[in-house]
Amino acid sequence: MARLNSREDLDKLTEGLASRNDPHMPRVSVCAGSGCLACGSKEVIAAFESEIDKQGLSTQVEVKSTGCHGFCEKGPIVVIDPEETCYLQVTPKDVPEIATQTLKDKQIIERLLYVDPQTGEKSTNENDIPFYKHQKRLVFGPNRTINPRSIDDYIAIGGYGALKKALFDMTPDTVIEEIKTSKLRGRGGAGFPTGMKWEFARKAQGDQKYVVVNCDEGDPGAYMDRSLMEGNPHSVLEGLLIGAYAIGASIGAVYIRQEYPLALQNLEVAMAQAQEYGFLGDNILGSGFSFTVEVHRGAGAFVCGEETALLASLEGLAGEPRPRPPFPAQKGWWGRPTNINNVETWSNIPLIIRDGAAAFASIGTEGSKGTKIFSLVGKIANTGLVEVPMGITLRDVIYKIGGGIPDGKKFKAMQTGGPSGGCIPEHLLDLQVGFDELGKAGSMMGSGGLIVMNEDTCMVDLARYYIDFLTEESCGKCVPCREGLRQMHRILTRITEGKGKEGDLELLEQLGETAMEASLCALGKTAPNPFLSTLRYFRDEYEAHIHDKKCPSLACKGLITHWIDPTKCQACMLCLKRCPTGGVDGGKKKIHVIVPDNCTQCGTCFEVCPPKYNAVIRLTGVPVPPPIPEDQRMLVKETA
Amino acid sequence: MSDVSLKIDGKDVTVPAGTTLLAAARKTGATIPTLCQNDKLEPYGGCRICMVELEANGMKRMVASCTHPAEPNVAVTTKSDKISRIRKTVLELLLAHAPDSLPLQKLAKEYGARRDAFEKDPMFCIHCGLCVRYCNEVKKLDAVGFVDRGIRKEISFIPEIAAKECNDCKECFPLCPTSYLQAAFVYVENLAFPR
Repeated sequence: MARLNSREDLDKLTEGLASRNDPHMPRVSVCAGSGCLACGSKEVIAAFESEIDKQGLSTQVEVKSTGCHGFCEKGPIVVIDPEETCYLQVTPKDVPEIATQTLKDKQIIERLLYVDPQTGEKSTNENDIPFYKHQKRLVFGPNRTINPRSIDDYIAIGGYGALKKALFDMTPDTVIEEIKTSKLRGRGGAGFPTGMKWEFARKAQGDQKYVVVNCDEGDPGAYMDRSLMEGNPHSVLEGLLIGAYAIGASIGAVYIRQEYPLALQNLEVAMAQAQEYGFLGDNILGSGFSFTVEVHRGAGAFVCGEETALLASLEGLAGEPRPRPPFPAQKGWWGRPTNINNVETWSNIPLIIRDGAAAFASIGTEGSKGTKIFSLVGKIANTGLVEVPMGITLRDVIYKIGGGIPDGKKFKAMQTGGPSGGCIPEHLLDLQVGFDELGKAGSMMGSGGLIVMNEDTCMVDLARYYIDFLTEESCGKCVPCREGLRQMHRILTRITEGKGKEGDLELLEQLGETAMEASLCALGKTAPNPFLSTLRYFRDEYEAHIHDKKCPSLACKGLITHWIDPTKCQACMLCLKRCPTGGVDGGKKKIHVIVPDNCTQCGTCFEVCPPKYNAVIRLTGVPVPPPIPEDQRMLVKETA
Repeated sequence: MSDVSLKIDGKDVTVPAGTTLLAAARKTGATIPTLCQNDKLEPYGGCRICMVELEANGMKRMVASCTHPAEPNVAVTTKSDKISRIRKTVLELLLAHAPDSLPLQKLAKEYGARRDAFEKDPMFCIHCGLCVRYCNEVKKLDAVGFVDRGIRKEISFIPEIAAKECNDCKECFPLCPTSYLQAAFVYVENLAFPR
């Protein structure tokens, strides 16, 4: 690798690399994102390499391990170009067949294709799969085609071209103007206009300025920043370089979670390669602009995603937020002007500079432009990462892309915006995805977690779960968050245990108001959201728990009783054998009954009772029927 | 440093830039309760009892007056139903820890805060951080610090430093609103350097 000393050097390299890519050459792209790796994609890649070698195809076929493709539900994912044939849940055993039939003979292997669970229709091309068809993969798209450990792959698709454009054809002010015109808003949670943020940092007084990548993604179930950093680290670095040039920063930092080892490895490889080509270091591309980056690993605190806590952590202090103002743009890292953006925000920058602000702003709603990557998880058929244009309805995300709710269950609500987001009920599913739209419904965009819940989820228990998470993650500095959440968690726990009392909801609302209005940082200010939004849309569930001692979703153990219907029980012994606590009494031909003293309401009997009997019933809010008299417990076969 | 003019409870006041809202309000004669604030220490913003309402550019929001700087052309309200409600809740949350603390009781009377609104906790420290910050900022000794995080956070004397420094100092003792500090000291003294 030779250092690139001018824009012409980069042009020449890009041209050379692009021409080396033969569009007709068969290429096997195997997803090596965290999800697919966990499903065994490493073994699949190894199998492809040895099989292709064995069959003497190594000069004709290229095997590429790529970043996350997004359809994590069906990993490991293999895509065969140029036809874009998509095989799902591929195992090493399938590999010889793929090599012989698909690579050599151009035959499709039917059993590895996507099958629509509703229509039974198969899709050969990845873009025909409904999960992909309705997405707009501008930021996430390259993940599928490039090897994250190869800077040449990134350059071949025009990578670092936006940096070149910014350095040579634009001034820092026109870069900021372009970002402002694009109306890009921060993807990390708050949705603050990125261009304005940059302008504050540019205008701030100071000889040394910093730019920081916030890769401290902490929402349960959210992993889009992880997958971007793992799958396309150069796009983040390129965005960061452009931002540093615009703001006038010569040093940057990437704050990355301890729990993301692969993202860290890929980033470090990317940084070393960028250094060799001269995208990092002194006099980048001969432009006179110099920039270096260092990596800092977080120690696993949710609150360190908050920018002032992140800065404290960067300085080696405890991750506690501090009051704003002064904002990081004035007094940030080591007291100097600092601009912090989230991974996905930085990744959007090269696109905006390359294609222009107008192209970016043509997508989306009035207040929210471009696309957003969501991690779609929970009770949904197609779990994975989806990139959708702003303005798409939640209904389309759930049903067209997500494939709806599995197992014949009904949709109940979706939690957007992570633990401090809110729940959106079914009647609001036509809501458009956007910062202001979700905010008005009492939730928030957050960093992009979408957790789908079905009818079996108790909303009170859900609120308790999130408040529990936030109580654990509170840094403990201010009273409304530390003490308020501790008490909210206690009251909610009590309600789910059937010990709720009059006045609990008022007390919770009082705590909610105080945390929202008086907490020091955004963690505390948004922490009551899971309670407030579920109360807003599911007040009847709270009242049922408190007044009727009833859990309508049959989820809260303290409020349900398992009972065996003696008219249905066929004394099959299944529940009796499987009960872990000896909570079922009965025998061969002897109708089973629950022993209340032993029963922990774990639900095993309910799960194992054969559907044709359906004898185990969960009762809530009603008295348990008296036990069947001992002398009537023997089953007598009906005679014809 | 230039001066900043703003309105506090309807009164005009001019203060040097960088003055906190709390100091500016006190200049006008307004009383704002505080627990974690001390003029010798850097503003902390932990107890949130000094919340006031700030109106800027037609938008109202609550800010902690001990940390928020005075800004030009803003209007500050130090007393309202909402402010009283928040102060009352903060007090009730702290009374769950230290129901017998005199400073808390005095404020509780003023704001109608109930002693038993919430389930009690055995730890009677209210995490104002006065001791920790005094030792760090004024004495520069760090003999007492915070350990752990969130709801498990507590103050703790560092035996090696406390054994050498504390018996001759104890300047932090009168700062503690609950006497938990004294208890923590007796505890570490008996364990690590008994007399």
